[in-house]
Amino acid sequence: MKNKTDILLIDDEKVIIDSVHKIAGLENWTVNATEDASIALKKFDLDNYRLILCDIMMPIIDGFQFLTELKNRGIDTPVIMITGFSTNANAVKSLYQGAIDFIPKPFTVDELLCITKRGLKYGELIKNCQKSLDLNVPNGFLTIPPNYYRLGWTSWAYIENTGTVLIGATFFFTKTTGGIERIELLDVGKQIFQGDPCSVVKTEKECLYNIQSPISGKIIEKNEKLFEDIKLIENDPYREGWIYRIIPNNLEYELKFLISFSTDKS
Amino acid sequence: MIKKIGFKLILAVGITTIVTVGVYSYYNIQSQNEVLLSEVERHANQLSETVKKSTRYDMLANRRESIHNIINTIGEDNYIASVRVLNKEGEIIYSSNPNDIGLMVDKKTESCYACHAADQPLQRLSIPERTRIFKPHPDSASVMGVINPIYNEKSCWEAECHAHRPEQTVLGVLDVTISLKEVEQQITASQIKVVLYAIFAIISLSLIIALFVKRWVDKPVNELVKATNQVAVGNLNYMIKNSSKDELGSLANSFNNMTKKLSEMRMQLFQSDKLASLGQLAAGVAHEINNPLTGVLTYSSYLQKRMKDNPEVLEDLNVIVRETKRSREIVKELLDFARQSTPKKSLLDINETIDRAVAVVANQLKIIHINLEKKFDPNIPKITADGNQIQQVFLNLLVNSIDAIGENGGTITISSSIIRLSPYGITQIKNATCSNGHSLIDNKHNIEGFASIKLRANLNGNEGFIYLDPIYGKQRNHYDILVMKNHSVHLSCPECKVSLVDINQRCPECGSTRYNIIIPDNGVLEGCTRLDCHWQKWDFIDSGGKQKFVEIKFADSGCGISKENLNKIFDPFFSTKGQKGTGLGLSVIWGIIDNHDGKISVESEVGIGTTFTVRLPIGNT
Repeated sequence: MKNKTDILLIDDEKVIIDSVHKIAGLENWTVNATEDASIALKKFDLDNYRLILCDIMMPIIDGFQFLTELKNRGIDTPVIMITGFSTNANAVKSLYQGAIDFIPKPFTVDELLCITKRGLKYGELIKNCQKSLDLNVPNGFLTIPPNYYRLGWTSWAYIENTGTVLIGATFFFTKTTGGIERIELLDVGKQIFQGDPCSVVKTEKECLYNIQSPISGKIIEKNEKLFEDIKLIENDPYREGWIYRIIPNNLEYELKFLISFSTDKS
Repeated sequence: MIKKIGFKLILAVGITTIVTVGVYSYYNIQSQNEVLLSEVERHANQLSETVKKSTRYDMLANRRESIHNIINTIGEDNYIASVRVLNKEGEIIYSSNPNDIGLMVDKKTESCYACHAADQPLQRLSIPERTRIFKPHPDSASVMGVINPIYNEKSCWEAECHAHRPEQTVLGVLDVTISLKEVEQQITASQIKVVLYAIFAIISLSLIIALFVKRWVDKPVNELVKATNQVAVGNLNYMIKNSSKDELGSLANSFNNMTKKLSEMRMQLFQSDKLASLGQLAAGVAHEINNPLTGVLTYSSYLQKRMKDNPEVLEDLNVIVRETKRSREIVKELLDFARQSTPKKSLLDINETIDRAVAVVANQLKIIHINLEKKFDPNIPKITADGNQIQQVFLNLLVNSIDAIGENGGTITISSSIIRLSPYGITQIKNATCSNGHSLIDNKHNIEGFASIKLRANLNGNEGFIYLDPIYGKQRNHYDILVMKNHSVHLSCPECKVSLVDINQRCPECGSTRYNIIIPDNGVLEGCTRLDCHWQKWDFIDSGGKQKFVEIKFADSGCGISKENLNKIFDPFFSTKGQKGTGLGLSVIWGIIDNHDGKISVESEVGIGTTFTVRLPIGNT
């Protein structure tokens, strides 16, 4: 890990940079900050980062353009978006464009610490996968069935023959949060919306993570087994570890923002 | 002045009058002239004949003295210029003017010219040929001369004097000239009369026209110009009063109508503009405020971590963190408002939602002795709505009621019930086809946010499209052809051009033909092809009876709202609470209810209380 800074922060607001510096100090993370995304892009030539925290609304180059630019350059450093204008549309767009998570301003110290830890873990996970196995079929024994769609690397949706949709958290999500202790689920009958948190998991380290729903719809069933054995969500995330069964509202439209697992393989 | 329409009209009428009266006067004078002169001519001929006859006997008897006397006596008359008798050689033998006697007259003088114009002298002359008008001297009055040839006859050559031989035809000429001075004076007088009359006619006609132009054209046109100027400077409340029943009157009425519509549209635009700019403002504020809030929240929660051993400071820090988190929620709500976020709908029990809102303020109600009465209808079905938003509406209304009641106590009554309202003007047409099954719904052209019904229209050869309002009965249609009053349009499917008009059916209101649009699975929408008629009928929906709504009333015995404030209360930032409120509440409520296709209204009387009524549709879904 020579010459490697932990966090690259891009935000045009001084107080955010100061705050992040302070919070990172608690965990002894090194932070390199810039107010301009174009300067940030140049920094990659000199340094390597484990995680990028990036504001969405910035002058000159905004967060989405920055994500596109990273993809073009083949930089796979995990990105977490920060935004003062949090809408589910922004969340969906961020995840679709490759960000691993999304944190709305203003945030507390704990919120930022937890999400950063998850981001760093994600980076390590990718590295390990690249070393051993194919990135998209991590952990050998986990085969991903066809017809699965994912919202970023957070949640998945599977369209059943009956027209209902099963949703759950991805392997990457459960692997990066680590040690899920409890899950909070919404009641049957509730409406959930694409990009909005539909469930919160709590880890052993007292961190709370939102699972953004991949699809909008009405919950018709929730996986009661998760209450008995929470480890299902980590051990069999694509089958027994499902979270909700929903009736989708606008599946056709929303699928545009999801990525098919089968395209990942090819 | 010269460019004024009234002046131009008067000018045109004046010129027409001048030409007409002028031509008329000219021919009038001309014919009067002719009549007078022919009368004079007749008179002169008569006189000439009389002279000839009265001297005949004396001629035969050759009593020259007597002839002289007769001629002199006649010649004395004022209007007879001269009476002369010339012999064949041209010598004046008798004359009323004694100086002329014995003078020789040239063949070319006026008296002789008539017969001697040709080489061979004429012997007979018709009566008009004998008379001529001439001026003896260039500056004297005109005279009329009548020559009367004295022919030879038997008694002449048989007379004792033997002065004439029988071969002679003409013995001489009697020449009578009559002064036309008086006649000319008469003519001049009548000419003056006619000209005066003409001038009078022109002036009086112009004046009358001017009067009516002023009254019928000038005044209403000025009024219109004034109104246009008023509208141009932005006074859309200006109305033209007392309009007449002519074209200018209907122009004025159309103008009034237009201004009214314009004013309504401006109000709507203003309202949506206000909401839109408010939304932008809110988004901007939210975005900007989130950055400093992040500073506060991170630093305070950072301190919280470090001050774990200092309970006193920690307690204060907890307050800061808690309140900052509260600010975060407020900003989030502001953002929600800015986005006018589409409601996150689910099935909702209205009574339960009211109870939840009441629970939030239950303590407050107890403290200030407000008596809460609930009159719920237990049979209200669940409705599709955003539970959080609706609860926010109820909570806001409750808080408003509590504020209105103040600290002296009072009553709040919340009631819920099912009501039925006519579907006319409410129901949205979501699907429409022609008889060939082509969809007429145009998602690209929205009317008040709803996809319109697109029809091909033909009006007197003008082809174009009409976008019908999809709300049954609302008729806020958009046209891209010129719509004419009292004209039916031919309507057809934009895709296959099949006619939508049923010529066998007539509109019950104006008698024009009807159009039929198929609403798949829901019957047929009928309407009038005369676009200004606005008749529409949808039997399928009408027969289904009135639509069901949940009606929720919040009535309080508070201070009430004054009339002038009543129609402003749904405006963003309007507040009567001074420092206490932000003034966002009721406009947000209005937005939420509108998003749910519902209606909110308010009734209030100062000192008695206020009632807010919320109506939400009970849909089939």
